Amino acid sequence: MTVTPTDPGRTIEAIWRIESARLIAGLARMVRDVGLAEELAQDALVAALERWPESGVPENPGAWLMATAKRRAIDELRRGQRLERKHAELGRELDAARELSARDLDSAIDDGVGDDMLRLVFTACHPVLSTEARVALTLRLLGGLTTDEIARAFLVPEPTIAQRVVRAKRTLAEAHVPFEVPRRAELAARLAPVLQVIYLVFNEGYSATAGDDWVRPALCEDALRLGRILAELVPDEPEVHGLVALMEIQASRLRARVGPRGEPILLLDQDRARWDHVLVRRGLAALERAEGLGGALGPYALQAAIAACHARARTAAETSWLRITALYDALAQLAPSPIVELNRAVAVAMAFGPAAGLAIVDALVSQPQLEGYHLLPSVRGDLLAKLGRLDEARAELERAASLTRNARERELLLQRAAAVKPGSGT
Amino acid sequence: MRFMVIVKANKDSEAGVLPDQKILTEMGKFNEELVKAGVMLAGEGLHPSSKGARVRFSGGKRTVIDGPFTESKELIAGFWLWQVRSREEAIEWLKRAPFDETEVEIRQVYETAEFAPSDPTGEIREREQKLREVVASRRGSP
Repeated sequence: MTVTPTDPGRTIEAIWRIESARLIAGLARMVRDVGLAEELAQDALVAALERWPESGVPENPGAWLMATAKRRAIDELRRGQRLERKHAELGRELDAARELSARDLDSAIDDGVGDDMLRLVFTACHPVLSTEARVALTLRLLGGLTTDEIARAFLVPEPTIAQRVVRAKRTLAEAHVPFEVPRRAELAARLAPVLQVIYLVFNEGYSATAGDDWVRPALCEDALRLGRILAELVPDEPEVHGLVALMEIQASRLRARVGPRGEPILLLDQDRARWDHVLVRRGLAALERAEGLGGALGPYALQAAIAACHARARTAAETSWLRITALYDALAQLAPSPIVELNRAVAVAMAFGPAAGLAIVDALVSQPQLEGYHLLPSVRGDLLAKLGRLDEARAELERAASLTRNARERELLLQRAAAVKPGSGT
Repeated sequence: MRFMVIVKANKDSEAGVLPDQKILTEMGKFNEELVKAGVMLAGEGLHPSSKGARVRFSGGKRTVIDGPFTESKELIAGFWLWQVRSREEAIEWLKRAPFDETEVEIRQVYETAEFAPSDPTGEIREREQKLREVVASRRGSP
């Protein structure tokens, strides 16, 4: 029997993952600078790494890290005379804090935690930053990932991510981005890039755009965790629950969509018994929460509702394609895009036959946005095969294979091309 | 990765005595923290073993034994399902739980991929799938 001893380094890493976002958020409120807050938190982590292996982990490691980081903050502010005003602010906070007992202080910090976390979310996804920078900063500040972990997840060199984080922090400082939650009127607009970042991380894990693996589940788990955290921070925003629902339901299929040899298995061919029913249930509950808040469904909730149609069908044959078609119609109205249109074509083909689907797809062929997008010839190839236009079908599937950057997916598309024979489409 | 957190039964839980207000409040706060951190996937409390039963398998024979069962240390009173990044993270979360006098166990949940080596060709899975199809088609016919 092998035993797994508890490793102090890994324990500190775990504490960091639990505490870092709250720590950085709390410090950022005090020093009004996310970059500095992150450095202070890192310093506290280094101190913990030096001390805890010998002294043992303190009873309340979060409070220890915060106290250490605050001390560094004061040192830092003393050194930088230019920050006099901030010093005064910090001094006031500390004076006030000294009057409270340790327990009171903890609960005072706890009360503000939600707001601080939200401020951190909106700062990390601020519109002055590029999407790439938002992703890196969100995973680092809110997900507690190291630059190395982020780099490995996105298959880029570590210095690239480190650079991205440094530049993002500089951009925030130079643009004097305030550490605050947007006002009610702006909230929905400012929430959009936050949701986009989380979904982008999820999708990179769910169908890797590059590399040999078809899925990277750890990245999906990180995105889900961020989504679940956000859902508790802004519980009244239906789209947040919509996004969480969408991710939970999609993630429920993770283990069913990869075959024993690592090959992708498409939704309708998946063994539904292998879906993760804990996540299905969570996804359906999140969708209910989104719907329960009233109003028309947003794009994420609509996509979640479509995913829920599949989740509720016991077998692929029981899928309600009519309802899915209606939901895609709504989605195409609300957030029209060639990709939505392509998906709508698939649903229409299932509900009303391949010819109806092909008519929509053919209208998309000239769309510049879909040029080079492998799923267009892939869908078109399938529909052509079902209509018995076999040579065209084979050519489309081969073209799709030549366009994808994912090795596993290419293999699958070539297999499908080779399998196009008279009668195979029916 | 996921961990199941197994809470053992005690005299009170076996007697069907619900925890007092203070414990409920503390536990509620802890659960809230788990939810806010995106860690908690599920969590349930169990009725006492007096409402449960066991089925003993011995060769072809099945014997039903009604609860309650006496060895309360071996009984469980509830469980959580947590999503964390490491075993250490699960331990750190558990250390924050408001328990007083007990021992709580964490066990890692197998991910499906970990079953693959015993079925390298996917043959067993394929067979299971066929079986499910047969069952589904029978269920479908009146």
